[in-house]
Amino acid sequence: MPPENFLEIRDLNFAYDKRPILRGINMSIQKGQVIAIMGGSGCGKTTLLKLIGGQIRPTQGHVIFDGKIIHELGRNDLYKTRRKMGMLFQFGALFTDLSVYDNVAFQMREHTDLPESLIRDLVLMKLDAVGLRGARDLMPNELSGGMARRVALARTIALDPMLIMYDEPFTGLDPISLGVIGNLIRKLNDALGASSIVVTHDVQESLQIVDYVYFVSEGVIVAHGTPDEIRSSKTPFVHQFIHGEIDGPVPFHYPSPPYFEDLQLESPHA
Amino acid sequence: MLDLLRKLGHTAIDAIWRLGYAGRFFFLTLIGSGSSFRRFHLIIREIYYTGVRSLIIIVVSGLFVGMVLALQGYETLQRYGSSSALGVLVALALVRELGPVVSALLFASRAGSAITAEIGLMKATEQLSAMEMMAVDPIARVVAPRFWSGVISLPLLTAIFNAMGIFGGYLIGVVLIGVDEGSFWSQMQAGVDFREDIMNGVIKSFVFGIAVTLIAVFEGYDSPPTAEGVSGATTRTVVTSSLIILILDFVLTSFMFRGV
Repeated sequence: MPPENFLEIRDLNFAYDKRPILRGINMSIQKGQVIAIMGGSGCGKTTLLKLIGGQIRPTQGHVIFDGKIIHELGRNDLYKTRRKMGMLFQFGALFTDLSVYDNVAFQMREHTDLPESLIRDLVLMKLDAVGLRGARDLMPNELSGGMARRVALARTIALDPMLIMYDEPFTGLDPISLGVIGNLIRKLNDALGASSIVVTHDVQESLQIVDYVYFVSEGVIVAHGTPDEIRSSKTPFVHQFIHGEIDGPVPFHYPSPPYFEDLQLESPHA
Repeated sequence: MLDLLRKLGHTAIDAIWRLGYAGRFFFLTLIGSGSSFRRFHLIIREIYYTGVRSLIIIVVSGLFVGMVLALQGYETLQRYGSSSALGVLVALALVRELGPVVSALLFASRAGSAITAEIGLMKATEQLSAMEMMAVDPIARVVAPRFWSGVISLPLLTAIFNAMGIFGGYLIGVVLIGVDEGSFWSQMQAGVDFREDIMNGVIKSFVFGIAVTLIAVFEGYDSPPTAEGVSGATTRTVVTSSLIILILDFVLTSFMFRGV
């Protein structure tokens, strides 16, 4: 039996006003997979996550999650579907007026009638999974960047989602925290039997943990493959990206008139 | 000239569009209020932040406004030999006008600005988006409890403001100047009508509570998610609320007190 695609993205287009952000995106994610969406800043990666979560509507094409076309769902059905998703925001987006414990308990209290004693056990289990059981009483402003990201991760998996989305999970982290988060993404995905989408531009960390990579540039998928295929890719954009070369298909210079002309000097070649 | 007209048109269309958006937002807040009332502790928590924490400014301002009223009132009344009417003057000025209006102005600058800044920052730090992605409606969970906390708090704060003002008037009029205590209280009791004066004042503060808190939550929710955006929204809350309070006060007064 072929593996089950439970997230399908077909011919997805999105534009702000008339400015196209994403064009003709096709992707499929199977159960248990961790995939990475890579690309430079502003290429439309985060927009793609918002389209999957139904926060914005595509101008063309669709996202099918768990057999349902996301943008056709009514508000109640969309909220029901979102309970099967979890999203880790770039800087955690922890509720600053709630403690670590209450942040993780938030969804359980909102969506279930579980008794407080059971919620306590679940929260401590989730916090233990990210190594922060002892930090339960701290407030978000008392946490370091890496700790805040881990608490947010515990909150994301509070209701055992089927799909976990990570928006730039490695941004602004020190190498130790970066390794910890990378490791947790893989381990939690496997433990929950979920699927994960990691939007990132951290090449080295993500290639170690993901099963498949999509490269997005200027709103289109320019390359995709397994981490090994990507490492040995001859595609100029992928090569420039994973080796961090300053010039290439993505130019160093913003489009501008010739240098000497701009400085009103005579060209040395004249 | 054409540019000026175009700009004017744009401004007018933007204002109308925003008014419509605010109306829709108000409607959604009312729809989302059910869950807030079912979990009343959410509203109680916000009443602590918006109402209880505004107490000091309300108590101190009320006291001083009452004291000034007594000083000014005595000065005028004694010219006509009616200084015994000082109590009724202070009480009527407070319960009809100064209590609701000054409390609402203070509330807008103390609690309204705080609500806008809090919701605006929650939006800027993606907390509202995170809530949406957790299938929790931010209007029902964040906006509605804050809205109702303001609507409940302001009439109560106004009552405290009025009581403190009357006490301030008593301190100056009776204790300091020496107006007869009996006539101060008895004339006040005889001259202030419960329905005409007190209830109309309560209705005013209730309407101001709705207006101020709606402006505060809307500006926060609609603020651009940047530091500049939040600071601009906070300023707009105080300015718009103050103007709306004064305009509404005129409208309400003209309906309530027509020389009857």
